[in-house]
Amino acid sequence: MHKKLNFEIIRTIAAIALSLLVAFIIILAVSKEPGEAFKMLLMGPLSSVRHFGNVIEMMIPLTFTGLAVSVMFQAKQFNLGADGAFFIGAVGATIIALEMSMPPVIHPTVAIIFGGALGAITCMIPGILKNKWKANEVVSSLMLNYIMLYLGIYIIKNHLRDINAGTTVSQKFPSTAKLPKIVPNTRIHVGLIIVIALVVILYFFMYKSKHGYEIRMTGQNPMFAKYSGINVNKVIINTQILGGFIAGIGGAVEVLGMYSRFEWQTSPNYGWDGIIVAILARNNPALVPVGAFFLAYLRVGADLMSRMTDVQNEVVAIIQGIMIVLIDAESFLSYWKKKRTFKEATSKTEIASQNLKTN
Amino acid sequence: MGNELLKMDGITKVYSNGVLANENVNFTVEKGEIHALVGENGAGKSTLMKVLFGLETPDEGAIYLNGNKVKITSPSDAIGHGIGMVHQHFKLVPSLTVAENIVLGIEPKKGIFIDMNKAVKETEELAKKYNFDINPKAAVGDLSVGKKQKVEILKALFRGAKLLILDEPTAVLTPQETRELFEQLKGLKKNGYTIIFISHKLNEIKEICDRLTIMRSGKTIGTYCTADVSEQDISKLMVGRDVVLKVEKEKVSPKDVVLSVKDLNYVNENNKKVVNNVSFSVRSGEILGIAGIEGSGQREIVEMITGLRDIGEGEVTIDGENINSLSIKGIRNLGVSYIPEDRMTYGVAGNASIEENLISNRYSDKELNGKALFKTNKIKSLTNKLVKDYLIKCKSPSVNVGMLSGGNIQKVVVAREFSTQPKLLIADQPTRGIDVGAIEFIHKKLVSIRDDGCAILLVSADLNEVLELSDSLIVVNNGEIAAYFEDVSKLTEEELGFYMLGVKKQSEDEIRRAVYA
Repeated sequence: MHKKLNFEIIRTIAAIALSLLVAFIIILAVSKEPGEAFKMLLMGPLSSVRHFGNVIEMMIPLTFTGLAVSVMFQAKQFNLGADGAFFIGAVGATIIALEMSMPPVIHPTVAIIFGGALGAITCMIPGILKNKWKANEVVSSLMLNYIMLYLGIYIIKNHLRDINAGTTVSQKFPSTAKLPKIVPNTRIHVGLIIVIALVVILYFFMYKSKHGYEIRMTGQNPMFAKYSGINVNKVIINTQILGGFIAGIGGAVEVLGMYSRFEWQTSPNYGWDGIIVAILARNNPALVPVGAFFLAYLRVGADLMSRMTDVQNEVVAIIQGIMIVLIDAESFLSYWKKKRTFKEATSKTEIASQNLKTN
Repeated sequence: MGNELLKMDGITKVYSNGVLANENVNFTVEKGEIHALVGENGAGKSTLMKVLFGLETPDEGAIYLNGNKVKITSPSDAIGHGIGMVHQHFKLVPSLTVAENIVLGIEPKKGIFIDMNKAVKETEELAKKYNFDINPKAAVGDLSVGKKQKVEILKALFRGAKLLILDEPTAVLTPQETRELFEQLKGLKKNGYTIIFISHKLNEIKEICDRLTIMRSGKTIGTYCTADVSEQDISKLMVGRDVVLKVEKEKVSPKDVVLSVKDLNYVNENNKKVVNNVSFSVRSGEILGIAGIEGSGQREIVEMITGLRDIGEGEVTIDGENINSLSIKGIRNLGVSYIPEDRMTYGVAGNASIEENLISNRYSDKELNGKALFKTNKIKSLTNKLVKDYLIKCKSPSVNVGMLSGGNIQKVVVAREFSTQPKLLIADQPTRGIDVGAIEFIHKKLVSIRDDGCAILLVSADLNEVLELSDSLIVVNNGEIAAYFEDVSKLTEEELGFYMLGVKKQSEDEIRRAVYA
């Protein structure tokens, strides 16, 4: 298992290196100041506390959605509803924050749980549709994202809108509902602690508990899971409820930690980024923060690059694209792996035959 | 006759896994005859036909058509030489119409477009010529199995096949559809076509075939005129053990009934009755074998008992408890273990570790679980013990099961299923396709858990296994129990063959003896 993991890590690093190389070639071709641009992209986020703070701030929602997608992908359910769940989770938190008055600590807690519940419902729907009517979860979850997006915008526009503001935004959150900041000179908030706790819990849940075992076996070979007595349908639905819940609290935490009111006019796309993170992390909750950090770092670096130099931050999209294609292509570097396996297998037979001789 | 159309001379085929599937096989077919190719499962019939149809390349030997040596390296070569094959599992596009399927790849064109009217017309003509009742515009997905088979035959004819290979064509058909197929085959024969008919069903062979060739263990035993041999003769030539692997065991002393099956019936999705009024019991401390040609209903019986398939009709009780409405877990909780026929599909998760595969039937046990998390140490010591006790050859239990050899994968399944002290064990082909050492090991373990009082239901296509291991035996043929033998040691292979192939059948009363109160 360790050897397998090592190979995956090498493969990921190779994919990242290759995509950065391509990005560098593009920058070289389009920029008048390629050295400066590349330096900004790679080193920019380290240039000040505030910039590094931006990386951590962005890493929080990416970790939430990365975890959500990982959980669902572990059961081999390609539910893409994390984006809708994240958005509706944020809307749910806004409802609680504005419509109810509660003491601090309790207020955001209730808001986050409510947001999580809405997210859970969002991801549960494709699961039920699949179980009952064999609807492909990719399609139904994809469509559901639009429903959640416009449902959320409808709620904000018609019930929670601040009529004094120029755009469609909600009223300002009361201070009891907001998540406190924890690092001076940045906007890093309590959400960081919540998400780290969640990473630890999910890691143990997935790899050290019987429920995680059921999810993983269902994903590995559903026929085997069924034969072993696992209720595969139940596991699939529960997994998607869990994934949706995580994405939902991610949305709630983001809106209460980073903003003073709900101001998204469209989806911030963190659900989609969560898929990239999950792929980078091979659906392992323990690696999700690493993937999220990397993606956030790249995004902040590209942002700085576009502000300081003549290269646009769309370069990141190219890097992401190449990276994902290479990682997802299972046979990328498989030649190298095969050679190693072959070497191992043959050396083992040699040892065996030597043992025979000595006996 | 005496007009040789096809001659396969000295064909030898060794698969990459070392299985010698055909050994110096000679096979000739005359023009205009229906020639049966018969043999047990694994006798090498399919391999020989794959060689003929260009799906496998032989290691040695040559193929002659009309006396000329030909080289067939792909199905399109075979089709070019006028050979057509109707596979057991149809290769049709369900969303396309009959006509579209038939012309697929060689469509009549009008400019750059497909001339559908012409395709329909040609299909109609072809169907009419050979008296096939079929609508060219119907979608293939909506057709019955019998009709789909007709489309396959027409497809081959449309491609100019003069020699048709039919791989167990009646296995999927109802009796009425079989009748219809035979009429059509006779019609084709009259029109000068030559047919190779692969089957286990001796009465059908007697009915429509002119000659037959018998294969056993990768070799041809001989070619005979159907009129000259009786069903008994064919059966004797087909069924036999080449190597007798002895299994040592004490005499059996069965106790209480553990598994009781009463009037079990199952009708499959093609509306075919595949299990017909099956009743039997398995008692504690005995191994009851089920012998039969593959596809005689064994799989359905086993899957209904283990809960993988819903029970069609009838009653199954384990230890007195009716299992009809229990989940798979509920059935397992009664003390049932199950070695599935297809280990890679049901038996293991190939990309999961040995450890993870070994605990799949007990991962929720109290012993292995703390309040919220697994007791990792307990799991480690359990799996280490199983790996040692069952001689699973691996570097460590964290290696993926898929990396092991077939024999070792099967040992993982066996270790998991045997080590829970089961009351009832269902072993479906427990040693298929594994090395002799692993076979012997698994046989010994089976006998030892029998001696510990487990009731064992053994299903095997391997005659040696079923005769050596079973204490008593039922034989299934065509979904029904054809015979029950209380004491297997007195049974000869020859006798067994008669019942497996439907040459003989015991009386109702004799079969009823399989049921114990």
